[in-house]
Amino acid sequence: MTAQSTLPTATFRQPGPFATVWAALRPIVRKPMGFVGLVGTIAFILVAFLGPVIIPQPVTNTNMMRQGPSIEAPLGTTNDGKSILILVLRGGRDILSIALLTGGMTTFVGVALGSLAAYLGGWFDRIVNTAANFLLGIPTLVLLTVLATVIRLDNPLPLSFLLASLNWPSLMRTVRSQVLSLRERDYIEAAVALDLGTRHIIINEILPNMASYIIINLIFSITNAIYSLNFLIFLGLVPVDVKNPNWGWIISTANTNQAIYSDNTRWWVLAPVLAIAFLQWFLITLARSIEDAFNPRLRSGG
Amino acid sequence: MADTVLTSPPATAPATSKPLRRSLTLRGVLRSYAFRSLVQAVLTIFAVTTFTFFLIRLLPSDPVQIYIDKQMQSKDMTYEAALAKASLMFGADLQAPALQQYFSYFGNVLRLNLGESITSPGTSVVSQIAAFLPWTLFSVGLGLLVSFVIGLFTGMLMAYVRNSLLDTILSTVASFLSSVPNYLTAILIVYFFGVQFKWFSVAKARDAYSPGVQPGFTLAFILDVFSHAALPVFVYFLSTFGGWALTMKNSTLGVLGEEYVTVAHARGLGRLRIITSYVGRNAALPLVTQLALSIGTVVGGAIIIEQYFVYPGIGRRLVLAIQQRDYTIMQGIFLVTTTAVVVANLLADLLYSQLDPRVRSSS
Repeated sequence: MTAQSTLPTATFRQPGPFATVWAALRPIVRKPMGFVGLVGTIAFILVAFLGPVIIPQPVTNTNMMRQGPSIEAPLGTTNDGKSILILVLRGGRDILSIALLTGGMTTFVGVALGSLAAYLGGWFDRIVNTAANFLLGIPTLVLLTVLATVIRLDNPLPLSFLLASLNWPSLMRTVRSQVLSLRERDYIEAAVALDLGTRHIIINEILPNMASYIIINLIFSITNAIYSLNFLIFLGLVPVDVKNPNWGWIISTANTNQAIYSDNTRWWVLAPVLAIAFLQWFLITLARSIEDAFNPRLRSGG
Repeated sequence: MADTVLTSPPATAPATSKPLRRSLTLRGVLRSYAFRSLVQAVLTIFAVTTFTFFLIRLLPSDPVQIYIDKQMQSKDMTYEAALAKASLMFGADLQAPALQQYFSYFGNVLRLNLGESITSPGTSVVSQIAAFLPWTLFSVGLGLLVSFVIGLFTGMLMAYVRNSLLDTILSTVASFLSSVPNYLTAILIVYFFGVQFKWFSVAKARDAYSPGVQPGFTLAFILDVFSHAALPVFVYFLSTFGGWALTMKNSTLGVLGEEYVTVAHARGLGRLRIITSYVGRNAALPLVTQLALSIGTVVGGAIIIEQYFVYPGIGRRLVLAIQQRDYTIMQGIFLVTTTAVVVANLLADLLYSQLDPRVRSSS
């Protein structure tokens, strides 16, 4: 105990929070694609969450049915005269919040199971691996479709849980192999020799070294969730708040109204389609840029 | 707890120089890679079959009970009569105890008896699957094959011209295509090529072949089939091609850094020979397993594509079954697609172990 107090204390000044964030972001935004991905993602999140707060609900207007683009409705109007632009600006919140929740859950489960399986080994490792192999071997979208007909998914929480419980295996596998290689490093062995405990070693020594890696997989889980969620919405398997329709539901109703075949109503389909498409592309571009910035093997190869 | 780290063998232990013998003893067979893959596949199918049995019967919304109630209300049946009819539909004796039901259900599945459709009585589930599955296998298989081959070549090209303008353009296009969900790609294709440029008529492309054409081995029929499959195949191609190209690019970059490529150059081997048999072969190897794994996601992705293009594949049949809550059809389609995917994965595993001996020898 006394030996410890004689050790010189660290005199490094802790950098402020902004400096830390900037240090992490700089290698990403330095490349043009990274900049596009980050700015695009932030813009989408801001619009999706602020849109429903700032912009009032679109009004039904029987004098404005299926009108082409105009000053009042820059992207035209729907069958009941609602402005398509307003619908789309307000339609992202549900999709994004469920996707963020699902992505978080998937990443948590994948990282927790993967690191524990690698760290503990033995029967726990075997059970987790068998379950992962099982899930990887079946067509999860078909399973999801069948499950959604027997389980009520009117609440975001069970929906996210269902999506997460089908999507964790690939992340678990890669986290497991990462931890397996990390735990052979000297500083981990030092921590074990100091008897710091499993919890401390996993949370304080192993996970920080996988931070960029975990964030990349979080983003990929979010894009996966957006895909599956809209898939279920198209099939009519997720109850939708009709007063605040989300992008998937807007596309669905536009399709039943043959909106794509008329010049007046084409944005009814195109605007939400492009919104989802660009959101996915920004997210994936961001993830790939983080990968480029923090994976030296790829950097030297590229 | 913590000391397990020190005692366990290192994960990246160098392969011990055990002699690679291919023993034909029973023990050798049981330990072989092929046998273990087979056991894994059989267990997966078994687990999925068991899972669907309990899913259909034990959930709070109990479809069997709903069916019986409906029969009793709408057709004035007695409970026993309704139960007997339900037993026929679901291909299981519903009056028997649960465990016996499970075994008889399992026996039926093994004999390929998956019951009858609830909404169109008299139609067996197997005949429905046999009518719809081939179109999905054909269109998905063709799309996946085309995108895999073109993706490999594009990926290699991107790796060889890396950091050039061509690489930047191809990478951007590939990453955009691979990130747009396939059902949105379908909508965009219909909008641009069907509505704006009027290259094809969406209405005429419906169904697997035109109404007037007689099925058979005639050129007219084959051309017609391909023209009707063109839209879904194009969507599968566009939405998977980018992923293959980017993966192949990374894989090729990895191989280009290997010493044996440098040595091959030093030995004065021909450029074409190095590209094909030294770089291309080794870079494509890891993608073979991914091809098999992707079959599962593409079959799932086909559900909306077939619905959108009115293509009579298994995905479209599944959507109809969902809308009608036809549980026996849903259960059958899930079992069959799962089996198809598991078998595809198994074949890929075996193929991969033939191509790469390291997989076989590691336990």
